[in-house]
Amino acid sequence: MQTILEANLPKARFEQRPIPARAGVGLKHEHIADILETGADVGFFEVHAENYMGAGGMPHAQLLAVREQYPLSLHGVGMSIGGERPIDKDHLARFRKLAQYYKPGLVSEHLAWSTHDDVFYNDLLPVPYTSDALNRIVAHVDEVQNALGRQMLIENPSTYVTFAQSTWSEVEFMAEIARRSGCGLLFDVNNVFVSATNHGYSPRDYILAYPLNLVQQIHLAGHAADIDDKGRALLIDAHDREVCDDVWDLYRLVLSQTGALPSLIEWDNDVPSWPVLLAEAERADTILGRNVKTPTRHQNVYAAVQ
Amino acid sequence: MSTTAEQAAPQSGANAGFGAALLDPDIAIPGGITDADGDAAPKRFGVYRNNVVVGLMEAMKSAFPSVATIMGEDNFLRVARNFIASHPPRSPMMQAYGQEFPQFLGKFPPLRSAPYLVDVAVAERAFLDAWHAADRPVLDGAELGGFSPEDTLALRFVPHPATSVTVSNHPVFDLFAFRYGRPESGADLQKAQGLLITRPGLEVLVTLLNIDQARFLSALAAGESLGDAAGTMLAENSNFDMAEAFSTAISTGMFLPISQTNGE
Repeated sequence: MQTILEANLPKARFEQRPIPARAGVGLKHEHIADILETGADVGFFEVHAENYMGAGGMPHAQLLAVREQYPLSLHGVGMSIGGERPIDKDHLARFRKLAQYYKPGLVSEHLAWSTHDDVFYNDLLPVPYTSDALNRIVAHVDEVQNALGRQMLIENPSTYVTFAQSTWSEVEFMAEIARRSGCGLLFDVNNVFVSATNHGYSPRDYILAYPLNLVQQIHLAGHAADIDDKGRALLIDAHDREVCDDVWDLYRLVLSQTGALPSLIEWDNDVPSWPVLLAEAERADTILGRNVKTPTRHQNVYAAVQ
Repeated sequence: MSTTAEQAAPQSGANAGFGAALLDPDIAIPGGITDADGDAAPKRFGVYRNNVVVGLMEAMKSAFPSVATIMGEDNFLRVARNFIASHPPRSPMMQAYGQEFPQFLGKFPPLRSAPYLVDVAVAERAFLDAWHAADRPVLDGAELGGFSPEDTLALRFVPHPATSVTVSNHPVFDLFAFRYGRPESGADLQKAQGLLITRPGLEVLVTLLNIDQARFLSALAAGESLGDAAGTMLAENSNFDMAEAFSTAISTGMFLPISQTNGE
């Protein structure tokens, strides 16, 4: 099929528009009419880059209409930054074209892998925290940042298993990726709660140990609950419901350390009506409003190393 | 710098075994993937298996809703499960997934008695490709006014990137419509139909063609001149209405403007 590399999109002369320290919402096509008709008071919208890698048609027409009204954040789910194989050059070229065209205020990806050899597994798969993986990931982040000509953010994962070969803690691993590549961090508070529950550690300790000075954006989402092989709680990062109270509490803890930051509500499955989603964003905005102290100045090591 | 041992690690990396076990539950979960106590945890690994397999089956169902409705959801998901195992995605662009599904259906022994599914799947895949195709203008009939009749017959047209013509021995148009609901009367499987997919604006158009129209428009899409394509049809069927078929092509936006196709 045709991709954005063969696109014939109208000339877009967007200025890069910074993402405000407000609540944003993951964009779903079923909400676009509501958003544009009501002029929804939302700080920004975020899209999954892969959904807009086609050449044209309705997806780009809708994204253009939203982009004209709102700041945009571009979030990749398929770059396989944590993979053992080299970054897919075609995918990187498509991502680059998308970022050049829409000029998003923030660009992010995950600490995860999704492609091996040429199979794409369509999921965010876990990475062992070894020095070898670290070297590879730093090289991949470096490659993507160089291709885009800008800093990207890397998101902490939600995980269900651990690897016997891991020699780094997740917090130290994330900090080291950022230190060596100059990337910023996207802090997913729900992922912290899911992983902490699944692996039996304190999410508060994790947050307080995290390099929060490098965090430029927050993700909030709902999760599903299951039980593991031993009958213990096993949380699934389902993005299919409201943010739970524990995660809101942890969000307040994060903001008490960082000041207000762009905060995205992710709701990707069992997508609710627009008013329900907007209410979640308003809840985040209310909490953000109580944290109006001057935000931490983001360290942009990437800019410094260029 | 990494040590020599670390540099050797990618060759014995974990992704291959992890990935293989995701798609095939008969493949053992690689060692060293555990819960936080260091114990084997198949249920935890199962979350990834479920995410991957269920996610891909859902992607197939949303790409091929007509085939799914015709077969029934349970049957479709069983077939999709087989397809996913043998044809996993090769690109992070999930909207491109399933290009080989029509061929797969044609070769899948349990479906030998339902050959019409292949053409429906072809049309569904073409529908998705059209949805994402590049934005290009379409040929306006007024542009043809400047050509003499002889010159018009010599014209060759370039299909718009969203265009696709399906020529079928089966009622492909009626079956494609199953995505909007299964008709109480079912479909007359003895009928042969053609189907034209175009996208003159943002919405994809699906147009019913008779077989002669479908063959004619298919020949035009392949680059035959208007005169040659019409001659072939008229030799077989002296009642063939070229004007009607061509007018369908123009009104649905099948071709690029001639002014934009010079030199292509």
